[in-house]
Amino acid sequence: MFSNASNFVNGVDSAFLIITGISVFFLVALTAAMIYFVVKYNRKKGKPAVQIKDNSLLEITWIVIPMLLVLYMFYIGWEGFLPMREVPKDAIEITAVGSMWKYEFIYPGNKSSDTLMVPLNKAVKVNLASKDVLHGFSVPGFRIKEDMVPQKNNYSWFTAGELGDFDVYCTVYCGVSHSYMNSIIRVVTPADYDKWLKALPVKKADNSLGLKVLEKNGCIACHTLDGTKSVGPTFKGLHGATIDVTTAGANRKLTVDDAYLESSITDPNKDIVTGYPPGVMKSYKGIIKDKDIKLINEYLKTLK
Amino acid sequence: MSNSTEKIEYVSYLDYQGKYKGFLSWIMATDHKRIGLLYMYSIMTFFFIGAFFGLLMKIEMLSPGETIMKPQTYNGVFTLHGILMIFMVVIPGLSAVFGNFFLPILIGAKDVAFPKLNRFSWWIFIVGSIMAVASQLLKDGPPDTGWTFYAPYSSQTGTNVIMATAAAFVLGFSSILTGLNFIVTIHQMRAPGMRFFNMPLFPWALYATAWIQLLATPIIGITLLMLIAERMFQIGFFDPALGGDPLLFQHLFWIYSHPAVYVMMLPAMGVITEIIPTFCQRQIYGYKAVAISSLAIAGVGFLVWGHHMYTSGMSDQARWFFSLLTFIVAVPSAIKVFNWITTMYNGSIDVKPPFLYALAFIFLFIIGGTTGLLLGSVATNVQVHDTSFVVAHFHYIIFGGMGFAFFAAIHYWLPKMYGRMYNFKIANIALVINFIGFNLLYFPQFIIGVEGMPRRYFDYPAQFQPMQVISSIGGFILVAGLILMVFNLVKGAKSGPVAPSNPWNGSTLEWTLPATPSLENFDEEPVIKENPYDYK
Ligand code: HEC
Ligand SMILES: [Cu+2]
Repeated sequence: MFSNASNFVNGVDSAFLIITGISVFFLVALTAAMIYFVVKYNRKKGKPAVQIKDNSLLEITWIVIPMLLVLYMFYIGWEGFLPMREVPKDAIEITAVGSMWKYEFIYPGNKSSDTLMVPLNKAVKVNLASKDVLHGFSVPGFRIKEDMVPQKNNYSWFTAGELGDFDVYCTVYCGVSHSYMNSIIRVVTPADYDKWLKALPVKKADNSLGLKVLEKNGCIACHTLDGTKSVGPTFKGLHGATIDVTTAGANRKLTVDDAYLESSITDPNKDIVTGYPPGVMKSYKGIIKDKDIKLINEYLKTLK
Repeated sequence: MSNSTEKIEYVSYLDYQGKYKGFLSWIMATDHKRIGLLYMYSIMTFFFIGAFFGLLMKIEMLSPGETIMKPQTYNGVFTLHGILMIFMVVIPGLSAVFGNFFLPILIGAKDVAFPKLNRFSWWIFIVGSIMAVASQLLKDGPPDTGWTFYAPYSSQTGTNVIMATAAAFVLGFSSILTGLNFIVTIHQMRAPGMRFFNMPLFPWALYATAWIQLLATPIIGITLLMLIAERMFQIGFFDPALGGDPLLFQHLFWIYSHPAVYVMMLPAMGVITEIIPTFCQRQIYGYKAVAISSLAIAGVGFLVWGHHMYTSGMSDQARWFFSLLTFIVAVPSAIKVFNWITTMYNGSIDVKPPFLYALAFIFLFIIGGTTGLLLGSVATNVQVHDTSFVVAHFHYIIFGGMGFAFFAAIHYWLPKMYGRMYNFKIANIALVINFIGFNLLYFPQFIIGVEGMPRRYFDYPAQFQPMQVISSIGGFILVAGLILMVFNLVKGAKSGPVAPSNPWNGSTLEWTLPATPSLENFDEEPVIKENPYDYK
């Protein structure tokens, strides 16, 4: 309790302590009253029961006092929580992607790691994503928890105040290996963090969300990722390359950019790549969402 | 009661010979008392099956890693445990068993308003239960979603989710029809002179409960149908891969399932409110406050479901809104506790097993309720949500609360149901074992929950093991106590000494009847007291 592990520990723990204190007080007082009455007014003592009239003043008291107490407990709970939603502007942004049954932490520059390395005393915002079902991002030592919901932009943030390792657990049931879905947050000095981040390799392609979209829609059947020619051109090195196409019967050169990629997916017969037949690839307009097309584009950029 | 000048001759409802004989005289019965017993036998059976699965989990939790089963089996076991205990035990629980048996009697009626519908409700209950059992045995394997069926996992897993949700859907109708029946019964069937405000408080609690059953259950029905449609026809309600919204499922699910907690708890509070005055020989303190607080709990209870979803990504506004209402709904429960305890003041307290169970209920309910405050407060919720703290909390409420109230009720009313008495000494010993076992089983889960132990974990880090072991030991003690308790009750009901018609000197109408009531309860017009808790 009351460690400096994260900036939320004190707020949460004081709310915890106050609510627990009030609870224990009532538990002890009411239990003591019960036991006292049972002993004092035991039938064995032979005193007949005395009927007591309701007293509205007494009843109002024990409506008002609990009401004030619960309002107070609500307030400290809210006060302890609010900072968890107010991310400082200069926070480092890291995306945590949950999938059955692992975490992947994506750093700026598309670097990825399976542990969450963070620098001491710096605000870190963790964007929470999921590739499949619901997952949880729970860090008990930091007093934070938020669900990872597919296609929903949940987030969490913290400033770590102590060096060391902290457990991360998946708290939302996600299937057979749910209990094996965990990771750690490792808090290091800013210098170590920079060194580590520099050495971190750029994300391996096969973890990308864009690749998922390609796989799901069967694009890989006609396009390879390794440079070999197939039914269609390879995706390797496509982004940024200069290619020959036929547009409305006329040959021209163009540089592949996001707009071209998008039109190739939604209207493939507009520009036909030289050396390939038209009409083979169908239009994916309305089948693949814009958001997913962006993911494809992001992914193709990584295929150098 | 058989008085020579009376026209109707007294025949106990247990001996009554109608159109049907033997087994059929039970399953074809429309007598609310027999239906109450039918529910009791089926619910107790499901309870022990559910407890057996609970014990399997406790054995698995004895050590990290695989102990006696594989992860997929474990996931099926906790799902089945949840479905059985929630939909087939605690939701029907007190209202279907003791509500059926005693509601008509307590308001001076011969039966519920629609006896045949009542019988039909039990049949539906059995059909739904058979479907739930079938979902375990069919070829795709037991459902592995947890009783909450959260999407999109539930719309993607290959297991028998459709059968399990269909079972819950069918069981829901039993609950809706029982609620409807009770509401009409209370409005239409009260004996002359029985107004709302001289009605005993158990019927009051059942009345509030029945409204929840009637209004909230259809929502879970629709939700489960949507899930089935999503699985069968790929209609994207909840699965983002189909364009659906997983939070929609959670909202719909909890709009029912939170009020459902009060379907379990209100009748439990009602039972305790009957027992305490009787054993103190004192009129209940604050009759009106207790009656109205039942309605208040039912009403506000409809508006707090979001407290199950603070970490789901709901808007920040929604988080404080649901937190505030959650705290407010704690107040009427606190009022009831104060009133129960004040009722003991200046009483003449007879410490018999039903009363001891009521005391145990109050103690466990305070723990369950106050740990609910930690869950209702947003800051602390973030720490303990989806951990074993939640598991401990709701077992304190549902088992420590509703379960112990059920045990209190059966010890209280058994002489009226079977006309015989159980052994007090064994009952008290079983109570002590149950109480110790219960606390050992669930209290350690608060501790590891605060430390972060997630719920529904097949495997866990070694640091949690000591508490897990204590918890498992508690599980064994509790089951031993339960077996002793049931053994004592069965023995008492079968061959215990014949009970007098009013063994506890109760003042409500059931105690004016013979030890086992006749088919139509009141062979003479009941005399309705101005104050139902008049012990003079
Ligand atoms: C049936 C085989 C087939 C499938 C499936 C297919 N394509 Fe194509 N694709 C082609 C062919 C052939 C071409 C070249 C002719 C053209 O430009 O239309 C092409 C061209 C492209 C181009 C332009 C390439 C370049 O070198 O300029 C892009 C981008 C593309 N496809 C993306 C996709 C995506 C994304 C998917 C999956 C959603 C997909 N394709 C599915 C056959 C296919
Ligand atoms: Cu997970």
